[in-house]
Amino acid sequence: MTEATVPNQESVFTSTARDWSSDITTFKGVPWGKAMMWIFLVSDTFIFTCFLVSYMTVRMTVTDPWPNPSEVFALAIPHELFGWQFLEAPIPVPLLLIAIMTFILISSSGTMAMAVNMGYQRNKKGVIWLMLATAAFGASFVGMQAFEWYKLIVEEGIRPWGNSMGAAQFGSFFFMVTGFHGLHVSAGVIYLVIVALRVGLGHYDKTNFEIVEITGLYWHFVDLVWVFIFALFYLW
Amino acid sequence: MATEGQQHPIKIYVLIWILLFVFSAVSYASDFLDDGVFRASVILLFMILKAAFIVAIFMHMKWERFALIFAILLPPLALLVLLTLMAIEADYAWATRVEYMGEPIAPEPNPPPTHQHKESGH
Repeated sequence: MTEATVPNQESVFTSTARDWSSDITTFKGVPWGKAMMWIFLVSDTFIFTCFLVSYMTVRMTVTDPWPNPSEVFALAIPHELFGWQFLEAPIPVPLLLIAIMTFILISSSGTMAMAVNMGYQRNKKGVIWLMLATAAFGASFVGMQAFEWYKLIVEEGIRPWGNSMGAAQFGSFFFMVTGFHGLHVSAGVIYLVIVALRVGLGHYDKTNFEIVEITGLYWHFVDLVWVFIFALFYLW
Repeated sequence: MATEGQQHPIKIYVLIWILLFVFSAVSYASDFLDDGVFRASVILLFMILKAAFIVAIFMHMKWERFALIFAILLPPLALLVLLTLMAIEADYAWATRVEYMGEPIAPEPNPPPTHQHKESGH
């Protein structure tokens, strides 16, 4: 933190103590909706961390081998499409679909950050199109996740109570953690579309468009959770 | 009450966007490394870097007042206590299973070839 962000050159500890101790608004300059969204995100952080910590506990405790994610989630590049053969044989690539999903979610975070920027410039058209682009990225993420679940359930026979590759708990944690995250992405897509429509209808014309930033906070959080799931569940 | 928006040049968002792409590529590339401490540190390092940039720049935490930063970023530190306690507990539960229930120790999924023929003279 640089000195430039602290008004009046007082130390951050002094300013924080004054903000919290006086009988006034604690979060100065922060719209209440944004403060509430942050507090919701803190509670969501606790939920996801509880999932990931219980996953760690189980994975450290099992005596059966844990299925190797980079093999379970491998995807083969097809050697032919519509009768046109361009490769000798399919090339299996570890975690290919997961990597694509990761890049899609990061791109959606990028477009969301741009939308927030457009909002404070009062560029409504920019806000709407960038938020809809974000929602489209999110929807394609959920679609790929549905494909991944289909592949795991139908083709590889992974169930929450067992699988043929090792520790039985693999399935239950996979479906619980990615399912809960997928639910957040789906809810986020709906949230983004609703806010984009309301921006278009002029509901926020009298405000500073901070609603776009609040929606953005939720969306970036969904991306943030995926960073941890990607590292700890798929790569580990 | 005057609410000041978080307005920053679009350049910084593009820069962080590219940076996150690079970090993700490195994270993904770590899947091709051999299992071990180095791979684990690469995974954790780039996970933390990505998370930090998303929170600091995309979620504008860098520019918020400290009253908000403290309120949001301090409570999750309690989760480190949970993490530590559960790691100790899991270690104990695993040892108990091996020791008293006669369960085999999980074999390595892909034993590295160096284990097969150890070099002599060391």
